[in-house]
Amino acid sequence: MLAGIALTLVSLWYGQNHGLMPLEGSEESLPIDSLFNLMMTIGTGLFLLVQGVIVVAVLRFRRRQGDLADGPYIEGNIPLEILWTAIPAVIVMILAVYSFEVYRQIGGLGAMDHAMAHAQPQPQMARLAGAAIAAPLAEASPTSLADAPSPEPVLSDATYQLPGDGPYEIQALGLQYAWIFTYPDTGVVTGELHVPVGREVLLKINAQDVLHAFWVPEYRLKQDAIPGRPTEIRFTPRTAGEYPVICAELCGPYHGAMKTRVIAHSPQEFAAWMQEQQVASASGLEQAIATADPAQRSVEQILAPHIESLGISPEVLQQLHPPMVHAHAS
Amino acid sequence: MTTQTPTQSTPARSHPEPHQETTWRTYFSFSTDHKVIGIQYLVTTFVFYLIGGALATAVRTELATPEVDFVSREVYNGLFTVHATVMIFLWIVPAGTGAFGNYLLPLMLGARDMAFPKLNAVAFWMIPPAGVLLMLSFIWGAPAAGWTSYPPLSIVTNPVGEMIWILSLLILGTSSILGAVNFLTTILKMRMPGLGLNQMPLFCWAMLAASALILLSTPVLAGALILLSFDIVAGTAFFNPTGGGDPVVYQHMFWFYSHPAVYIMILPVFGMISEILPVHSRKPIFGYKAIAYSSLAISFLGLVVWAHHMFTSGTPPWLRMFFMIATMVIAVPTGIKVFSWLATIWGGKLELNSAMLFALGFVSMFVIGGISGVMVAAVPFDIHVHDTYFIVAHIHYVLFGGSVFGLYAGIYHWFPKMTGRMMNEFWGRVHFVLTFIGFNITFMPMHKLGLEGMNRRIAEYDPKYAALNLVCTVGTYILAVSTFPFIFNAIWSWWKGPKAGDNPWRALTLEWQTSSPPPVENFVGEPVLVTEPYAYGLNGSTPGISLEPEATPSPAT
Repeated sequence: MLAGIALTLVSLWYGQNHGLMPLEGSEESLPIDSLFNLMMTIGTGLFLLVQGVIVVAVLRFRRRQGDLADGPYIEGNIPLEILWTAIPAVIVMILAVYSFEVYRQIGGLGAMDHAMAHAQPQPQMARLAGAAIAAPLAEASPTSLADAPSPEPVLSDATYQLPGDGPYEIQALGLQYAWIFTYPDTGVVTGELHVPVGREVLLKINAQDVLHAFWVPEYRLKQDAIPGRPTEIRFTPRTAGEYPVICAELCGPYHGAMKTRVIAHSPQEFAAWMQEQQVASASGLEQAIATADPAQRSVEQILAPHIESLGISPEVLQQLHPPMVHAHAS
Repeated sequence: MTTQTPTQSTPARSHPEPHQETTWRTYFSFSTDHKVIGIQYLVTTFVFYLIGGALATAVRTELATPEVDFVSREVYNGLFTVHATVMIFLWIVPAGTGAFGNYLLPLMLGARDMAFPKLNAVAFWMIPPAGVLLMLSFIWGAPAAGWTSYPPLSIVTNPVGEMIWILSLLILGTSSILGAVNFLTTILKMRMPGLGLNQMPLFCWAMLAASALILLSTPVLAGALILLSFDIVAGTAFFNPTGGGDPVVYQHMFWFYSHPAVYIMILPVFGMISEILPVHSRKPIFGYKAIAYSSLAISFLGLVVWAHHMFTSGTPPWLRMFFMIATMVIAVPTGIKVFSWLATIWGGKLELNSAMLFALGFVSMFVIGGISGVMVAAVPFDIHVHDTYFIVAHIHYVLFGGSVFGLYAGIYHWFPKMTGRMMNEFWGRVHFVLTFIGFNITFMPMHKLGLEGMNRRIAEYDPKYAALNLVCTVGTYILAVSTFPFIFNAIWSWWKGPKAGDNPWRALTLEWQTSSPPPVENFVGEPVLVTEPYAYGLNGSTPGISLEPEATPSPAT
């Protein structure tokens, strides 16, 4: 009985204090972590129960030297067997219902219905899917940018505003070994993903050559990029900062080097950034293509144009860093 | 207790046909004796286990530092691809089903041999060429698309290596199917008179469930691989999106086999654990029928959960929910087994020899893999950890902490029967301690690495993961070292070990009632069923009763 109480308390404590997960960067990460905490609590309890029984049995029930007698003849115990069938059954049903609810909360059900209902690929994606490598992309993209929902003629002093309602749509294209992000409302193209904090983002994902997967550990979200079969993912950035975007599906020898960043800005900073990008969108495209060559990629190179175009001072950059520092330390 | 009685001579100690005595040459011949074939399987697959382990050591050496410094990225991808292929298709599947299934089934069922002895030999002799073929692929560039070999990457990477991989797997799959036909027929048709299905040792139930899975799922993998090979060599577009194919269809076909494959790898080991724990606890197995039928339940459920490997592949949401619930339900029959094993050892008289240590280690480690298995079944959580080191940790807790610990337990337990000699206990325990420590140092930190954001199948990683990765690599070296005491112990004991006698464990299942090693046709005379296989604690509990069962007259053969 005492052992049972101790086991329960330890499980409850460890379920909340395991410290295994990175920073919670998106609204979706909160319910997912709650689910993980519950599973850790149950898992810790079960782990301690089983290991405890084994350890106690080994200590208490060792055969004495020279004792050749058998143990008691116990073939089973029906009530006990029903109990340990029923309790796990109830636990997994609770976990299944809870997982279902979390999945609904993070928009998994709605998002994929949408993808199924509108299975036809984006026009730009369709063109790119046939292209073999990054080189044709340079020719294909400018024309497709012209097709993009006509960007307003940008005056240098016009202020950019996020489109009114619904999730903010961004297109992601995975290719060996980089991501290219297109913002259809402005036609801006980048190699890093910029998102506004507090606004739901709808990322429409496609792949150019082989399978890739878009993963931001801090957002707890992952979606494969499949050539010829568009997928999508929704998330709402919660905290400003820079987080790694990792390719999580084996895509070739440089799979481990296929990394970029998601930069979550406050809405004002995002608007300012976007406005600068609109002026220099062509150079943004070139930079995005340059990232296709892993040999040329370095964090400094990728960041440099953004720092210039945004006019960010080093102090601001420092402010953006703390979440990353936290992630490193955890 | 089950036992056989002789009609003419004293049982078990006389070899009726001494001129057919097995010598070392027999093991290199096209023998149709199920015991020879079982040992052929075991030794061959263990050699491949060592090769797979060497590949794993190379992989971990590369991962000791965040930079790519030990092998090139291309070679690295080949190393982990072949490592996984060898461990699954050339070690755990053929060792669990082929080696122990072949050796034990006829003995436990009181049969003279398998139903189709020649087919059995053919199934074994397909394995060495398939394995050598796979190793030769390193000459032309090893397959480098992962053991899952997802297109389009598998279509455009190292086509020669990829085709060798496909050919090798087709041969191994065929061998596996032939074996399963043999096991099923033997279990259903070759049981001794009076041995009903519900009197069979639990290993036979587990083999029944595993064989059914092999027969139902392996042909689908063969189909997927053949279509994939057409895409590679003939330019077809079954899975190639540039021609309108769908790479996700391959994933469905691949996992329709490869998820059941996990149960093909773990079910025979479940069965072995259900044999080993009662013997060394001196107590009947707890809940015979629950364990027997839960094998069938796992086998059935194992067929309908494959898409839980594809939660991020654009699978429709209602299907994700179905596969999530079906996957979680597997925890129920698996839990029944674990709790029944715990109840079996509780209150027994545990003999903590090497076989028992590995069996208890199996239960202990497998539970961790089972817990993380329920976790990754939950779709929202799986979306975070899919294709990360959390998954790497999970599969190794199931397949190494589970299957390999169980296979070691089986080897220590049945070595006296197979060779007639005892293994050295001291070095067996050294082997266990090193394996247990090395295994946990290697794989426990991977849970944290995966949760924090380290993806799998990468040769380079963020320097913030360097410390834990170094720990994993050190653990791998301990694991590598841990095999040496076992290898020397096994070779030395086979050659010079003390004589085991027929039944050194005072066990009640039928294989222990014949001589060690058993004669060519297993039993002298016709075996007759006297009582259940796990009746420890009955009959006054004296070893004499167990060793010298009451002889019952039986009709002449």
